[in-house]
Amino acid sequence: MSETSVAKKARPLSPHLQVYRLPLPAVSSITHRFTGIALAVGTLVLTWWLVAAASGPDDFDTAQRVLGSPIGLLCLLGWTWAFGYHLLKGIQHLIWDAGVGVNTASAQRNSALVFGASFVLTAIVWIAAFAL
Amino acid sequence: MASTSDNGFRTRLGRVRGLGSAKSGGAHWLAYRMVAALLTPLTVWFLVSVVRLAKAEHADAIAWLHQPVHAVLLLVTLIATFHHAAYGMREVYEDYIHGKLARLVAIGLTNGAAILLAAASVFAVLKIAFGA
Repeated sequence: MSETSVAKKARPLSPHLQVYRLPLPAVSSITHRFTGIALAVGTLVLTWWLVAAASGPDDFDTAQRVLGSPIGLLCLLGWTWAFGYHLLKGIQHLIWDAGVGVNTASAQRNSALVFGASFVLTAIVWIAAFAL
Repeated sequence: MASTSDNGFRTRLGRVRGLGSAKSGGAHWLAYRMVAALLTPLTVWFLVSVVRLAKAEHADAIAWLHQPVHAVLLLVTLIATFHHAAYGMREVYEDYIHGKLARLVAIGLTNGAAILLAAASVFAVLKIAFGA
């Protein structure tokens, strides 16, 4: 550490995101935020779909066709997972806010649970959507 | 710290009231959680409805929204969703945008977009529900 001037300019921050391997609860936490942002953007599609339904059969069919296209379905698949994840993680946050289970072991366990359950929920929704 | 100029006549609540850095933050915090809790059952209902309407023709979607229970539940879901989305995005901005003006603009634009989308989607639902 001879270059003190350099060290002064850029002191290490901790935890430094580039070298710090995020633990599962941290990944789970930032995923909650990303899915929230994605769902906020998704409200544009929801509004578009409702307005199309209100404006008549032609516009509604266009909306259904776009959503039913391969890219549309891929977006809806991502939306379903984001929806399920944010819902489940949100419930965990509400439980935390009530002061229950605020400890490392519980965070570790529930983060894994939320990830697993979000994929299961996505699968259930899509199987149901195609079966019904 | 508690002993500083504490003459013993004022209650602790009286001393801190109006002096906290969060000011009215407590009420906002609670409102956000209340809406989130409200959204939990509503979004489950919404997800089930979306699955049932996945392959809907225009007439099916219209018939579905003609039922008052569906229209009312969807209206509540929409308003709660846009409130939750705008508030959630605000929290993200407050964490990551450090410039005061940029943060204000981001929050303002998001709130404006949320109000506009909420109005459009609510109008669409009402138009269908009242028989368009």
